[in-house]
Amino acid sequence: MTSSSASTHHHGPAVGLSRWLYTTNHKDIGTLYLWFSFAMFLTGGCMALLIRAELFQPGLQLIQPDFFNQMTTMHGLIMVFGAVMPAFVGLANWMIPMMVGAPDMALPRMNNWSFWILPFAFSMMLSTLFMEGGAPNFGWTFYAPLSTTYAPPSVTFFIFAVHMMGISSIMGAINIIATILNLRAPGMSMMKLPLFVWTWLITAFLLIAVMPVLAGVVTMMLMDIHFGTSFFNAAGGGDPVLFQHVFWFFGHPEVYIMILPAFGIVSEIIPTFARKRLFGYPSMVYATASIALLSFIVWAHHMFTVGLPLVAEVFFMFATMLIAVPTGVKVFNWVATMFRGSMTFETPMLFALAFVVLFTIGGFSGLMLAIAPADFQYHDTYFVVAHFHYVLVPGAVFAIMAGAYYWLPKWCGNYYNETMGKVHFWCSFVGVNITFFPMHFIGLAGMPRRIPDYALQFADFNAVATVGAFMFGFSQLIFLYNVIHCIRKGRQASSEVWEGSHGLEWTLPSPAPYHSFSEAPKVK
Amino acid sequence: MKRVIFGLAVLLVTASPSHADWTMNLTRGVTDISREIYDLHMVIFWICVVIGVLVFGVMLWSVVYHRKSRGAKAKNFHESLLVEITWTIVPFIILIGMAVPATATLIKMYDNTEADIDIQVTGYQWKWRYQYLAENVDFFSSLSTPREQINNTQEKTTDYLLEVDNPLVIPVGKKVRFLLTANDVIHSWWVPEFAVKKDAIPGFINEAWVIVDKPGVYRGQCAELCGKEHGFMPIVVEVKTVAEYESWLAEVKQADAKQQQAAMKSWNLADLMAMGEEVYNKACLACHQAEGEGIPGAFPALKNSPVALGEVSVHIDVVLNGKPGTAMQAYKEQLSAVELAAVITYERNAWGNKTGDIVTPAQIAELKE
Repeated sequence: MTSSSASTHHHGPAVGLSRWLYTTNHKDIGTLYLWFSFAMFLTGGCMALLIRAELFQPGLQLIQPDFFNQMTTMHGLIMVFGAVMPAFVGLANWMIPMMVGAPDMALPRMNNWSFWILPFAFSMMLSTLFMEGGAPNFGWTFYAPLSTTYAPPSVTFFIFAVHMMGISSIMGAINIIATILNLRAPGMSMMKLPLFVWTWLITAFLLIAVMPVLAGVVTMMLMDIHFGTSFFNAAGGGDPVLFQHVFWFFGHPEVYIMILPAFGIVSEIIPTFARKRLFGYPSMVYATASIALLSFIVWAHHMFTVGLPLVAEVFFMFATMLIAVPTGVKVFNWVATMFRGSMTFETPMLFALAFVVLFTIGGFSGLMLAIAPADFQYHDTYFVVAHFHYVLVPGAVFAIMAGAYYWLPKWCGNYYNETMGKVHFWCSFVGVNITFFPMHFIGLAGMPRRIPDYALQFADFNAVATVGAFMFGFSQLIFLYNVIHCIRKGRQASSEVWEGSHGLEWTLPSPAPYHSFSEAPKVK
Repeated sequence: MKRVIFGLAVLLVTASPSHADWTMNLTRGVTDISREIYDLHMVIFWICVVIGVLVFGVMLWSVVYHRKSRGAKAKNFHESLLVEITWTIVPFIILIGMAVPATATLIKMYDNTEADIDIQVTGYQWKWRYQYLAENVDFFSSLSTPREQINNTQEKTTDYLLEVDNPLVIPVGKKVRFLLTANDVIHSWWVPEFAVKKDAIPGFINEAWVIVDKPGVYRGQCAELCGKEHGFMPIVVEVKTVAEYESWLAEVKQADAKQQQAAMKSWNLADLMAMGEEVYNKACLACHQAEGEGIPGAFPALKNSPVALGEVSVHIDVVLNGKPGTAMQAYKEQLSAVELAAVITYERNAWGNKTGDIVTPAQIAELKE
């Protein structure tokens, strides 16, 4: 401990703003990513609250339909590309080198660049709110021709911003792959990798495969808008459905990009607090890989109502249902890990347990949506909204929260306040369910998504959902306070941090020194 | 964990369907297909419930009994090939059991042959057009809920946002085939009780069909985001007995003939202005706004606009034929000659646009030929 802090003394971080601007240190960059994503989480969250406030009662009260559409669009884009994805990259930056016994990421300068592109991309995207004609208002899925021929002029800025986010993601993914494949400590064989590292490795390949597809589809839009092509314009011989095929070829793997690292985090946390090794490690790895592979052949289940031929409809239904198998394996493995363990319920574990239950509920509604004939009824209703918020909020976001609480003592050397953590958990848990559970009902009862006003029979559940949304939203401030409190004056943490922790990251002192594993550790 | 379950239970109980109008579950609908879909929905739902109870049950058991505070010691097992294979194979078999009936229903739904009546459904921003292909009947159907209700200055009525001026009318017990397409962006035609939801896509014709077995009024909405007024383009279908349907057809044809005659009589400015305001509020207000001020950057103003104050023929051309590449549609087919003449006259003489021009229905009727 003393020797490492003495050695860091001479190679510590620069002082002031330049530390953050010029840094190539994986811990600094991880921190930047995490703060950035939290800022975006609150920004996108405010938009969600505005949407929910308008939907509190029937009739138009607060905002007009066009602005409502801008809010749903920006909320989706910001949460997907600004909150969830950068949070996972931030966790990867912090943890992957420490978990595989590497001194830093493989490509530290590119690492700096992949982060610093993001603030510019999102400033540009948010600036469209102040442009004439308003921000993009065609939904985060930006279906053509609503997003081309009929789009506001700001769509061009949106396209540029998406390109920048894509470049950032691709560079981040390359870096993660290079680190995992090349910088593992001696003895760290692939099948000894912590599951968080495995899931991220697979995620990174997904990113490299599909971000260029997203870049392609927005470029085709750009050509249609400014250069007279007709990729998606039926009047010019183009095909609006082509847009959806290309978009969802990116979009479906993208969904797994947002959930596989969450699987990894939860697979780290549950064994620690159950004090028992993860059940079925190899099958977890294979299940993750199968989910990733299947994600490439299910995209058209987002398009069951566009008029696909019968054979395509059946194929995509079968392939989609198949995903339930490896996903089920993962859930069963987590439960088997808890079974006959010796469990304690610190905040990270609470979030991880809630993840398992609520993500599974999201998985159930996903299975229902896979049944193509039934999907004709569910498609584009609040049932879908409930489904994907269940897998993304108490799914991805809860896993990120769990990871943050779990590793926070390692990052800053102090424990967070456990009571406050538990209060945050219970408020979030109750809030999330009050918000999203009633959406199943209004969806089944027939309320379409993306409408600023609704018929009277949907009123009661909408009011309930809005109350839950405000509860969930404001309880995130507890998290913010707890993190700041922890950094400033939390109780000193030990190297192991948690009683049942295993892995290289826990052999480092807390806080982890600025440069760790300058000499590779030996892995037995 | 117990608190959680309790909380959810409370939510479920308090949300029980005691109120008159609203439901928590999918509708069973009024067609064979919709009932089959309802059954599929319930089967998959109960499968999920059973799996959920098992998985969450084991988890809850562990959380309660295998906790450190109870003195539980962790066991050391961490793999079992048999268990792993079992929980891979069993779900797979359940899924096949589910996929077979789903595919059977799908095959029935895709049987678009031998329809008794063909109706072309075209999505417009933000209304529906229904063309009865064999009958020469063609009309538009748009929201009839008054703006005052939406803006909360008037009390909302029962069918708030689910009512239209001209509902689609079909006969009971006949196979009605819908041919769906769109004029501008993608829309989606959805009536939950028919279990028909099909995208209306510009440049494509999609097919869907129903045989409804109960007369009644069935309501639905556009299900694909199609711009600003996406939440305000409902669908209302009146299902009538065959005799009532026939007499409705005759009435519509008669009314059409009357309207064509109206174009030939002479109109004065006051009458045209009165009618024009009505038409404007129905067809133009959503974009160009109540005072003709438009929405900067999105929809141009008509007040003091060069088109409304300039050459009459240019103005007529824009309204009749639209502006390709923009949200401005062609209204030639959507409105009658009288309505078109009235609304153009109105736009040239309202909100301080004082051109004094009168566009006559006869003039428009000539252009419409």
